Amino acid sequence: MLDWMNRFPQMNEETLRNLKRFIDDNFREFTRSYGAMIEGFFDPLRQMLIQAERLMLGMPWLLVLLIVGALAWAGSRSVRLMAASVLTLAAIGYFGMWEDTMRTIAMILVCTLVAICIGIPLGILMARSNRVQSGMNPVLDVMQTMPSFVYLIPVVMLLGIGRVAGMIAVVVYALPPIVRLTNLGVREVDREVIEAADAFGSSAWQKLWNVQLPLALPTIMAGVNQTIMMALAMVVIASMIGVQGLGQPVLRAISNQYFTLGLFNGFAIVGIAIIFDRISQAFGRRLQKHRGGMDV
Amino acid sequence: MSEPIGIEIRNLYKIFGARPLDYVDAVRRGMTKTELNQKHRHVLGLRDINISVEPGTIQVIMGLSGSGKSTLIRHINRLIEPTAGEIVIDGQDVVAMSPAELREFRRHKTAMVFQKFALLPHRTVLDNVAYGLEVQGVAQAQRHRAAMNWIERVGLAGYESRYPSQLSGGMQQRVGLARALANDAPILLMDEAYSALDPLIRYDMQTVLLDLQKEFRKTIIFITHDFDEALRIGDRIALLRDGSIIQEGTGQEMVLQPADDYVSSFVQHVDRAKVVQVASVMQPLTAEAQGPAIPGRANLGEAIRMMSAEGVDRLTVLDQAGRAVGLVPMTRAVAVAAGGS
Repeated sequence: MLDWMNRFPQMNEETLRNLKRFIDDNFREFTRSYGAMIEGFFDPLRQMLIQAERLMLGMPWLLVLLIVGALAWAGSRSVRLMAASVLTLAAIGYFGMWEDTMRTIAMILVCTLVAICIGIPLGILMARSNRVQSGMNPVLDVMQTMPSFVYLIPVVMLLGIGRVAGMIAVVVYALPPIVRLTNLGVREVDREVIEAADAFGSSAWQKLWNVQLPLALPTIMAGVNQTIMMALAMVVIASMIGVQGLGQPVLRAISNQYFTLGLFNGFAIVGIAIIFDRISQAFGRRLQKHRGGMDV
Repeated sequence: MSEPIGIEIRNLYKIFGARPLDYVDAVRRGMTKTELNQKHRHVLGLRDINISVEPGTIQVIMGLSGSGKSTLIRHINRLIEPTAGEIVIDGQDVVAMSPAELREFRRHKTAMVFQKFALLPHRTVLDNVAYGLEVQGVAQAQRHRAAMNWIERVGLAGYESRYPSQLSGGMQQRVGLARALANDAPILLMDEAYSALDPLIRYDMQTVLLDLQKEFRKTIIFITHDFDEALRIGDRIALLRDGSIIQEGTGQEMVLQPADDYVSSFVQHVDRAKVVQVASVMQPLTAEAQGPAIPGRANLGEAIRMMSAEGVDRLTVLDQAGRAVGLVPMTRAVAVAAGGS
């Protein structure tokens, strides 16, 4: 008698099976007809990834260390941070992971760049309209919470295994913070300052460029920092679909139970994450200097 | 230097809420602010505002917080859209302007000074002052030259490469004033510009404004909640309460003929000896003018001090041409100064 309460009244199994097959068939059909076109569309990005990787691998290691040191110094004016960054990177190289690290850095740089180019304009649009904001928010929630393996399936079906599919997976995952924080930063700009810009007859573009973006910049930089961190977190998952770099040894280590290999590469990922994090935060803080009344 | 232009505000209404237009007629017919709020969930911002500001004068708009004064000043450059009414400046109705026309109007006809300064924190004093000109598209060398000139005029020479956060409140508002003046607009809108400053600095800034006004003759709308400031700055004063103008006139008119108890309560603590002019309390000239004379525009305090110093009990009042036009006896001067009529 209580049977109907113990079993959830689910859809007829036959219908459910047909529904799944229907969607699968249609998506496969879509892949066959438009796959080449979509691959063509992403070709410039593929080229960019290859060039970035070639650049990072081709650069003499001394030059790379110099650039990282210079960036750390420019952002923080701190000898300690500069030394720590250079030493960490040097240690990673000494333990035989230089090439994989350069591949990963190239990937992260391109992904971050793409995320910034998409994310900042989206964040600005969101800040300008409440309707866009309420439309975007659930999309961003899905992007952040959907397990990446799930959207890897259609991406791999469309683009095959490789760099571009990996990049899309990384960008989808790393995009939300930059969008959200750009939106927040632009919305948080002091109302009276916006009013002043209006009162002096600024056009929408002048207001954005002279007032909103500069004042939102520290918040936007926090978004860039988060985006870099999330992109790094995706390195291992991206390696599952053929992205080369520090993720692949980790993957090998998992399947073969190579404890030390996994540990070394894991620490290398953590190491470059900390370097990127500290340097980008230092840049963000420098942008805030006029707010606290520090002497220039 | 641009010619002064006047401001004509006619039948201006502002209702805040989702459907303000539905309630304008009801408000015109006399619906109260409370009724509008409780029955229809709309807020009455301004009701039937009519003000005519003469070119080159300072019109003070006074009121306590919530009276609608900041709402009113934001209608003049349309930072707030009116619900009904018109604002005519230089033959143009601001309310009817297209966005592009409005931008041009804001760039060239008005400039605004804000209560909390509203400076751009990431820009130097020089680039803050030059902002209006930058928006207009003036070349950098030229706008920096003009900005430097105004920085010197407001007494900030030497601070042009500082950032706002490195300056005191009074200095920041000097930057705000210089930024507004650098626009060379004939209309200056000052929204509680000095309310955030402490009293001594406020007095200094009033002096700066009055000195500049002698030279440049702008049409100035000055918002304040401080009656003493209104009396010192304003050629005319409009007193706002609950979105309506209760009384409009010179400071002296308000002190001597308050329109109602609300205005009386505002003016009762005013030092009348400083506000009331001799000419407005004088009596007709009887027989021959004799004894010491005083200009009609002098205030009662000056007249009383003069009578005590000279040891007389009446003064002859002179008009601007220097003709004797009346008498002011000591008894009357003291009575009015002490609060009589």
